[in-house]
Amino acid sequence: MKKSVFIGALAFAGLAAGAAAAQSTLEEVTNRGELRCGVSTGLVGFAAPNSAGEWEGFDVAVCRAVAAAVLGDPSAVEFIPTTGKTRFTSLNSGEIDMLARNTTWTFSRDVDLNFEFTGVNYYDGQGFMVPASLGVSSATELDGATVCIQTGTTTELNLADFFRSNGMSYEPVPIETNAEAQQQFLAGTCDVYTTDASGLAATRAAFPNPGDYVLLPEIVSKEPLGPLVRHGDNQWGDIVRWTLNALITAEELGVTGADAANPVESNNPEVNRLLGTAGTLGEMLGLDNAWAARAIAASGNYGEIFEANIGESTAIGLARGLNAQWTDGGLLYSPPFR
Amino acid sequence: MSDTHSHSAAFVRHDQIPPSPPPAGETGPVKWIRENLASSVSNAIMTVIGLVAIFYLAIWALPWFTNSVWNAADIRECREIMGDARGACFAVIEERWLQLLFGFYPPESYWRLIISFFGLFLALAPILFSNLPRVLMVWTGLFPFVSVWLIWGGSFWGPAMVLAGFVVGYFIFRFASTINFVAGLAAGIVGAIIWWSFLLGPIAGVLSSIIPIELAKVESREIGGFTINFILGISSISLSLPLGILLALGRQSNLFFIKGVCVVFIEFIRGVPLITLLFVANVILAFFLPPGSNFDLMLRVIIMITLFASAYIAEVIRGGLAALPTGQYEAADALGLDYWQAIRFIILPQALKISIPGIVNIFIGLFKDTTLVSVISMFDLVGMIRGPILSSTDWSGIYWELWFFASALFFVFCYGISKYSMYLEDKLRTDHR
Repeated sequence: MKKSVFIGALAFAGLAAGAAAAQSTLEEVTNRGELRCGVSTGLVGFAAPNSAGEWEGFDVAVCRAVAAAVLGDPSAVEFIPTTGKTRFTSLNSGEIDMLARNTTWTFSRDVDLNFEFTGVNYYDGQGFMVPASLGVSSATELDGATVCIQTGTTTELNLADFFRSNGMSYEPVPIETNAEAQQQFLAGTCDVYTTDASGLAATRAAFPNPGDYVLLPEIVSKEPLGPLVRHGDNQWGDIVRWTLNALITAEELGVTGADAANPVESNNPEVNRLLGTAGTLGEMLGLDNAWAARAIAASGNYGEIFEANIGESTAIGLARGLNAQWTDGGLLYSPPFR
Repeated sequence: MSDTHSHSAAFVRHDQIPPSPPPAGETGPVKWIRENLASSVSNAIMTVIGLVAIFYLAIWALPWFTNSVWNAADIRECREIMGDARGACFAVIEERWLQLLFGFYPPESYWRLIISFFGLFLALAPILFSNLPRVLMVWTGLFPFVSVWLIWGGSFWGPAMVLAGFVVGYFIFRFASTINFVAGLAAGIVGAIIWWSFLLGPIAGVLSSIIPIELAKVESREIGGFTINFILGISSISLSLPLGILLALGRQSNLFFIKGVCVVFIEFIRGVPLITLLFVANVILAFFLPPGSNFDLMLRVIIMITLFASAYIAEVIRGGLAALPTGQYEAADALGLDYWQAIRFIILPQALKISIPGIVNIFIGLFKDTTLVSVISMFDLVGMIRGPILSSTDWSGIYWELWFFASALFFVFCYGISKYSMYLEDKLRTDHR
């Protein structure tokens, strides 16, 4: 009897999923009047609510841009905090419309977990931080070290790969959050702390004596972080992808958030197409033509978002590095708006 | 005879000698110290070691408090003010304490949470202290509905009509139970369910269009901080006790079916960690619910914690039931009481009294377990610290101050519960001392 109940439940779930497919994500979001965006429960510079409860950060800005493009209001977002363990189930079950949570684009997540990564908003890579007193100048000298590592992340797997390929051994100290890692590392529980280089920089900036710790030069992995959506709804995937591209293109073309708020006819036809003063790109997406202008006006273009949240003027102080425009020697390269 | 005696002795004392003070070693602080701190050589050594440990702890911890900084915009400014001194940066508490208590609740509505908080104690008072006037129980009955309305807002008539459902069910029960108790109970429950599922919506809608009494709506996701722990703790505690009693009685039942259901339920829940149930509530349920259905996460979590706690309470009460001599059951039968009368008047008062320490133990554990919801990304007190505050650019790097605050908050409430349980045990003690 139990089995039949289980099968019944499965069938019901299947029906429910079928009903969900009948309505596109775009329709769902517009009917609801609110975008449900999955973010981190808190990552310095990328997503955290301030003392007034307003979410802010680099990933949060992507959510706000999509909300502005689709709904015309950058504040029409319900931020759903997710942990490293719950993020994929939340997206798969339809609880959230998109996930912007410093998630690494990997083959298996894209293909096997049935997600669609819609681009990269931050090129990161895994690095190592050690106390300067350890006297280590390269990650290849870390044989036998104890390493603090966050569980359930790609960094855990990269670490194993790196040490194996160099024929070294290590002792992992599993930790749950970055804040915990900070304390463990400062207390000397582990010799090495490894996570994405951006996270290491942010963590080191918060130390009482940042100078006592060094980041090793090796970057042992590629961590392209980006927003993702469910497989199967290509229109929605396009909206998120091109909203991100619009932010990047805006920086390349020198269109700031203030420009986008009051679009005027420009001599550059691509700017006009981007801001909707010419062409019908928005209609092709199923939105109106001013969608990208609203997305850029929400919190500025890519460069402005970067500077405001994690750039060199902030306490985190990240350099653009790989995340500069291709014209400046970085990897940001948006397909043209045509 | 006395004469003889007085003459034969040189001196006879006629009044009693005034009592002399006890020897210096047998009174006052000296005696206390001797008995409690140095009753033997080994105890004296232990005392000295203990004192030294406390001394070192104090001189290690005190500067942390005396050097503490209460006014700073962020951790860097804190460190600047402190200079080389080692101290706490309580400025983070100063800036974020409202968030730690209330989460993202709209600040202009904080009064609603505060009224609910104090209303709770007024509602609990007549239950906790039997010498208070019974008329206060009216507020106790109304409180759950009033507080739900205050905390979540919306139309007043929603919770009011849910309450009306209980009244409807009760009156149906009153009339129908004159024929048969069980049939009356069933009719009452069915009546209330019909009221809730079909009549509640339209009637509440009509009433709120005639007399609109509205508070601004607040989403569950906006509630956070210690408020979540408190809501989860209080509602799960108050719901799980009756459920636990029913489960314990069901487990002792002679009816095979009822007994089976209760045993399977209790053993299943006890065999599963709470964190698993919370994950089920958060992520797995979302797969089975129809899309777009908005089954509040807070409600899901309350249900799961309640089920979890009730299984444990059932086992504690079963212990109490088992401790009663069979004679009590037989005496109840001999008096001609039916099952429910026997349970109400003879069995439960005694069994519950025995179970008090165990039940309170579970309540305290449950209250602290509510912090587990931080792993399913709810911003309770612990989630608030681990998430938003520790990962804000301003306060990243602060640690001990926040956890100190959290543990102090929990300690106050858990110690209060524990003290009350001691008072209750003392009051209900009827054996010979």
